[in-house]
Amino acid sequence: MQDFTEPFSLALRLILAGDAELLGIVLLSLRVSLSAVLIAALIGMPLGAVLAVGRFPGRAALVVTVNALMGLPPVVVGLVIYLLLSNAGPLGVLQLLYTPTAMIIAQVVLVTPIIAALSRQVIEDLNGEYAEQLRSLGVSRVASVPTLLWDGRYSLMTAFLAGFGRAIAEVGAVIIVGGNINHVTRVMTTTIALETSKGNLALALALGIILVAIAIAVNAAVGLMRGSERQVAHA
Amino acid sequence: MRDAGAIAPSAIHAARGILPLSAEGLVLRMAGQTLIDIARLTIDEGGPTMVMGPNGAGKSILLRLLHGLIEPDAGRILWAGQPARAGIRLRQAMVFQRPVLLRRSVAANIDYALKVNGVPRVRRPAAVARALALGGLEPQARQPARTLSGGEQQRLALVRALAVEPEILFLDEPTASLDPAATAAIERLIADAAARGTKIVMVTHDPGQARRLGAEVVFMHRGRIAEHTDADAFFRQPGSREARAFLAGELVL
Repeated sequence: MQDFTEPFSLALRLILAGDAELLGIVLLSLRVSLSAVLIAALIGMPLGAVLAVGRFPGRAALVVTVNALMGLPPVVVGLVIYLLLSNAGPLGVLQLLYTPTAMIIAQVVLVTPIIAALSRQVIEDLNGEYAEQLRSLGVSRVASVPTLLWDGRYSLMTAFLAGFGRAIAEVGAVIIVGGNINHVTRVMTTTIALETSKGNLALALALGIILVAIAIAVNAAVGLMRGSERQVAHA
Repeated sequence: MRDAGAIAPSAIHAARGILPLSAEGLVLRMAGQTLIDIARLTIDEGGPTMVMGPNGAGKSILLRLLHGLIEPDAGRILWAGQPARAGIRLRQAMVFQRPVLLRRSVAANIDYALKVNGVPRVRRPAAVARALALGGLEPQARQPARTLSGGEQQRLALVRALAVEPEILFLDEPTASLDPAATAAIERLIADAAARGTKIVMVTHDPGQARRLGAEVVFMHRGRIAEHTDADAFFRQPGSREARAFLAGELVL
């Protein structure tokens, strides 16, 4: 029992003291994952909307593909991005491997399909309700995309948060392309993996507590979003 | 054809004129069934045209075909003798049985319709204010549109449609799910719009409503036009057997 309680109290002390190393790791995690999700949203939401309202050949295949890519294994994404960015790879000249930028790229690849697939569902439902009225007002299918994205903003927020939850908790991709370098590319998940194997349970546990708190906060935010959306939509 | 009726169209409308609206050889089939089969229908300027008939007669589909929301399998729709050209949709409007309101404020709903209709930004606030006043919705201007009551929602949908000053307004049973007070408010708005020269084409189930608002009646049965006559004549002595049965309160199948 002592094995469990001691690192636990050490972890709480680290958090409460605002340990500099701990803080740096948490901030880098947030910076990498938030950047990745913002970029993924800028790509994935319009992509999802176009898939929802578009009528073009190959649409059905594209929808299936995007849905399937939601389940991309992070380690495989990490491996592919590693091969692209490594010195011998096509993007090797950029010298991005083992930088936070590489980690952001990997997470963008991981999260974009999630945001695109969830956005497509949201926009498709909304379009089912709006399409006739928008055509009647003289808004074409293509021109209706910004309107649908704006009016679907509450539901799209949940897609954004789902993407963030995936990015912040992911370890496989960032550890391969980031390399888990101290003070440079060490994020919460990679540190937990490393420190646990080193036996430094206090730091690992402190990060674990913060990670769980963030996950809970994200889910609570999703719940609140759904609530306020319902208010606007059906009250 | 028929004269302009009790209500003279305004000079402005007469000048730009997209009417008469006519349909020729209009056919729509779905899953092997013929839903619409109309050799000829002409809707001209004048008082409101009421489209009546039993369920499944094709009233709503006809409205959507005329408005251009559905493409017919055969036949064509002509505006003042010409096939629909780009931008013709901006001179029409439609109100649906269940109002479709954007997830924005009441005022923003009206502003959106004006914007996509091409009304310049500087002229929109005044137009929004006029529409709000028309619908008696000024106190709710900033409220999310979807928090309005059913009657208020339909009133908003109607003044939003009227805000773009359409020459022709299609209404698909706009009062079907409203109580008598809300229905009266909607009917007043429709009658006023007709008096200002907007051509009204309205589907209704309610003979009383058609009698109150209509100048002429298009009676449909199984996808065809059973008759198209003045409202007075229609309610005095319907020409078709189906319409007689319908008005007598029989179950017309």
